[in-house]
Amino acid sequence: MGGIDLSDGVHGRLAQLNAEYARAIDDDRLEEWPDFFAEPCLYTITSVDNYRQGLPLGVVYADSKAMLRDRVTALRRANIYERQAYRHVVGLPAILGESDGALRAETPFLVVRIMHDGRMDLFATGRYIDVLVEEAGALRFRERVVVCDSKRVDTLLAIPL
Amino acid sequence: MAISVPQRPWPVETLARVPYWVYQDPENYQRELRRIFEGDTWNFVCLEMDIPNAGDFRTNTVGALPVIVVRDTDGRINAFENRCSHRGALISFDDGGNVKQRFQCIYHAWSYNLRGDLTSIAFEKGSQGRGGMPPSFCKEEVSPRKLRTTTLCGLVFASLGDPPPIEDYLGEQILGRVKRVLRKPIRVLGRTVQVLPNNWKLYAENVKDTYHASLLHAFLGTFRLSRFTQAGGVLVSPDGAHHASTTIDRPEDRTSTAYRDQGIRTEQDGYRLEDPSVFDGVAEFGDDIKLQILTIFPSFVLQQIQNSLAVRQIVPKGLDSMELSWTYVGFEDDTPEMHRRRLKQSNLVGPAGFVSMEDGCVGGFVQRGTATAPDVLSVVNMGGEGAETQDTRATEASVRGFWKAYRRHMGY
Ligand code: FES
Ligand SMILES: [Fe+2]
Repeated sequence: MGGIDLSDGVHGRLAQLNAEYARAIDDDRLEEWPDFFAEPCLYTITSVDNYRQGLPLGVVYADSKAMLRDRVTALRRANIYERQAYRHVVGLPAILGESDGALRAETPFLVVRIMHDGRMDLFATGRYIDVLVEEAGALRFRERVVVCDSKRVDTLLAIPL
Repeated sequence: MAISVPQRPWPVETLARVPYWVYQDPENYQRELRRIFEGDTWNFVCLEMDIPNAGDFRTNTVGALPVIVVRDTDGRINAFENRCSHRGALISFDDGGNVKQRFQCIYHAWSYNLRGDLTSIAFEKGSQGRGGMPPSFCKEEVSPRKLRTTTLCGLVFASLGDPPPIEDYLGEQILGRVKRVLRKPIRVLGRTVQVLPNNWKLYAENVKDTYHASLLHAFLGTFRLSRFTQAGGVLVSPDGAHHASTTIDRPEDRTSTAYRDQGIRTEQDGYRLEDPSVFDGVAEFGDDIKLQILTIFPSFVLQQIQNSLAVRQIVPKGLDSMELSWTYVGFEDDTPEMHRRRLKQSNLVGPAGFVSMEDGCVGGFVQRGTATAPDVLSVVNMGGEGAETQDTRATEASVRGFWKAYRRHMGY
């Protein structure tokens, strides 16, 4: 695994990765979602309150790709919730730096939740705080910490952010 | 305050029937706020560790009543209504913080000491001999209402009414179940607030409803975290108000086919986790109770699901909305392994929890399902009509216990 060259159009590659990530979720191709991550990985969803206070626990905590796949299987097979979809609007990534072959970046997002009856709500806003690495020539998330701006979650959080 | 008699009579004597208007009637809701939350009940307001030092405070609500909870200079915990005596503004609009000596309302700068007494009024004597308050004005008479407070295992409860001491309020058995879990100093691991589209009682019932757990939540059934065929049961306090349900893990229960035989959705063949570390629980309480859910009437929940520990507060927000405020905890002396285990097992609970996600929406299904059926009665008959302790979870005894306590407080 080589270092990530900041001059090498990495900004565009990261924007493309974020766009593909959002499309996979919004198009209900959740089975593809774990593959945006490296192995091992960390994916958590937390609030800015927890994040600022250094509280480690979020509403989702996965530290392996297998755990991400288990999330998807549970949504498909076990959990019950009303049919719903997301529309992610992902902002421009800010590259924060590079060290030890990993890139740190932060990207704002906004997620609208669309219920089966047509109701639309602003479900979440926040930022992705990411650590990215190259894996087999592609950018992958070593860490994706989803920091929601609000501590509130309406009803339930089934589909990943 | 004079409370008028209930306008709607309770339709039946039995605890096994409940009218749906109880989730819909605006006057009934107002009466609940007065008679239950502001009545003779203990309401969770914060953790002791949230306010360790003098002047540390938190704001919260008791039902819909805004309150300030503050550590006094003598170490005692005071609570008083968060409503300025002058024109009614919130005295503190922060979630919490530290005040040195006093709270000061931002509107016209009236001040309160840490006991909630109104102590000073800006320009009380006016300015240059003009204006000011009449000399006859008595500050004590208008001071915010005080709540009594009590602590239990690091939890702080408050009451505007006159409930018995918390130990008697809970009774020996429920008290023992609280102490079983909160047996040493805790630390907070994270917090979240879940907004539920239902009346607060639908969640209060849901969390006491031992019947639904392994039927609604496929995770519990499939992975045999809690099934009726496993040992355990439900403990109900003699007055019905509080409960503790338990599931005991015994190897001989692991092969039962009762769910499959009844064709129940929550047992699925061939459904496995790739990373089962989320179930990697260890017995940390010196017994074989794998799961214990405990409620303290009206609005407090203490959860132990394997090693996932949390306290939850039910906050009513009008007739058909409520907030569930989650505080996930561990112990101060947790090893790194235990810490990580708790983080992983937290996937089981909360708004995205594998075993609790459905509780976020099912109350809304009842709220919507009963919209035009105010006078219809729900059937709460599993396990009979009583609200006594039972050695099974295939019962609605603790739900009936809720209604027993509810009706007593409400005068139904
Ligand atoms: S409302 Fe508080 S000082 Fe006037
Ligand atoms: Fe449940």
